Amino acid sequence: MPDPTRGGARERSTLANHPLAQLTVVRFREFLREPEALFWVFIFPILLAAGLGLAFRNRPPEVLQVGAVTPNLAQALRTEKLLSVREFNSEHGLQALRSGKVALLALPGPNGGISYEYDDTNPEGRTARMLADRAVQRAAGRVDPVSSSDRILREPGSRYIDFLIPGLLGMNLMGSGIWGMGFTIVDSRRKKLLKRLVATPMPRHYYLLSFALARLSMLVVEVGVLIGFGALVFQVPVRGSLLDIAVLSVVSSLAFGAIGLLIASRAQTIEAVSGIMNVVMMPMWILSGVFFSAQRFPDALQPVIRALPLTAVIDALRANMLQGAGFAQLAPQLGILGIWTIVCFTLALKIFRWR
Amino acid sequence: MLESAPKAALRIRNLRKTYKDVVAVDGLDLDVPAGQCFGLLGPNGAGKTTTIEVCEGLTAPDSGDVEVLGLHWKSDAHELRQRLGIQLQDTQLSEKLTVRETLCLFRSFYHQGPAAEEIIALVQLEEKRNARIGSLSGGQKQRMALACALVGEPDLLFLDEPTTGPDPQARRQLWELIEQLKLAGRSIVLTTHYMDEAERLCEQVAIMDHGKTIALGTPRELVASIGVEHVVEFSAGGPGKTLDMEPLRCLEGIRDVRLENGSVLMQATKLHQAVPALLAELDRQQLALTELRTHSATLEDVFVTLTGRHLRDE
Repeated sequence: MPDPTRGGARERSTLANHPLAQLTVVRFREFLREPEALFWVFIFPILLAAGLGLAFRNRPPEVLQVGAVTPNLAQALRTEKLLSVREFNSEHGLQALRSGKVALLALPGPNGGISYEYDDTNPEGRTARMLADRAVQRAAGRVDPVSSSDRILREPGSRYIDFLIPGLLGMNLMGSGIWGMGFTIVDSRRKKLLKRLVATPMPRHYYLLSFALARLSMLVVEVGVLIGFGALVFQVPVRGSLLDIAVLSVVSSLAFGAIGLLIASRAQTIEAVSGIMNVVMMPMWILSGVFFSAQRFPDALQPVIRALPLTAVIDALRANMLQGAGFAQLAPQLGILGIWTIVCFTLALKIFRWR
Repeated sequence: MLESAPKAALRIRNLRKTYKDVVAVDGLDLDVPAGQCFGLLGPNGAGKTTTIEVCEGLTAPDSGDVEVLGLHWKSDAHELRQRLGIQLQDTQLSEKLTVRETLCLFRSFYHQGPAAEEIIALVQLEEKRNARIGSLSGGQKQRMALACALVGEPDLLFLDEPTTGPDPQARRQLWELIEQLKLAGRSIVLTTHYMDEAERLCEQVAIMDHGKTIALGTPRELVASIGVEHVVEFSAGGPGKTLDMEPLRCLEGIRDVRLENGSVLMQATKLHQAVPALLAELDRQQLALTELRTHSATLEDVFVTLTGRHLRDE
């Protein structure tokens, strides 16, 4: 009897039919067919960078609003270009000061002097005090003993957006490393697909390797898009070598992938794994200096903060992009990332649950 | 392939597996000859899935000896994985991949086997070859699960409840497919809690309950073993009267009388004697027959006779 289930045609063994190639292609397909994932990985960081770049763009020096209660005082203050002076009677003046319409109010003081009213915890108030007093003293004939001149520096590299782009890049590397690993693996475990796969002759390490390969290829796009956006739209500099950035991205992706694998190694439900991922990532979003410098946290916390993988990634990226640091200077950060990779990966393999 | 296969597809001796304090398999012995479709029949929790997963190398037994295709999981896992086709109970394949992509993926794990297109044709999913798994119907997903078990041209096929769900047409379609595989001489072990499935597909059936085999044989032998060929089911009543069941037990050719869901079930050896006798007795009691059905005894009746429970009781 002819056997319909024992087919004659054999597919030739080619590179495309290699299990590792097939598994990696599957990773891509699953990712590209998930529009939400595409948004979070590629579009969201750009929107965030654009939004924050606009909000914190460098503005021309602000003119401060101050009030004066006599025409003489007002006239003296108007000699300072950085002050905008309004005249009040003292009652209205105090009201304007309290409601924040003016940063400072100048009143005639005892013995022909002047008294300034302002809030000394408000930086604008303190600046206004200095500018106002200088204007009044100069109007009264004070001559500065030392002549001074200003040179204005507004160079790319020292703006907020320059600080922000490496931070967002680090955050993105962490997010896609941990989420990409965590969700896919736990979802497959929940659907018993992992169990089905280990019932085939598939070498198990190929399954894990396919994540690494897919991540590395997507990195090129992910990192390229964000750095390119920063460079084109905001002229964010890349002073270090691009090769160093590439290596740094690979090393940090491996570290975050290992952390993601560890997080996903036993969880049975999406809810459980989401919870763990948030617990792991939230502290790093806050502590690792994505949006503001990690130096602002107390000194006692600094060793802990510096040991976090996201801090290491962001510090290294900033050093490369903004200061042009080479590998030698980035060794401590690369070391930290290496340790995270090895520890998490080893632990994950030990406790990983395939079913 | 088949020529080199050993005579026994599966040989299980004194298998035990306990989960915490639940004994799932309790000293099971089983022999499955090559080239047969062998059915493990039993209610949920009888230990069918645990048994099959031990045979599939997915669960380690507490004790006992399991020989699959003459090989052991401890020493020959690599070869066994290549030679087994496995369909697990309710696996969900990746919904975003198409039928073809999924089969190419599974095919890539095996050294040999038919091309993906051939398998697609075999399970009659040609029109769906580029459809995503997520868009398939329940029956199509079951055929897809079977297709994934076939990509490696297996010598032994494990099917764990291949048909579940209420769609009778989908079940028949899958049965035809499995019959086709039987014609091709494959060894198949399947679990089911549908007696009709086991009767139709299996040469031999082991009935399991509480982790043990309580009966073993061909479906025909098993049915014959309870000595009952027919089951008569009826309900009767009249105004203000209830049926007196005692006289029924004494009727000629009646073995067992039970009340179930308001109707009476009688096991009968000879239908042509039992039915007239029943009618006469109802006449005597002045009761009207409201319902009467007879069927040949099935594996379900075997299970009920052996355990007093139904296969699909929870």
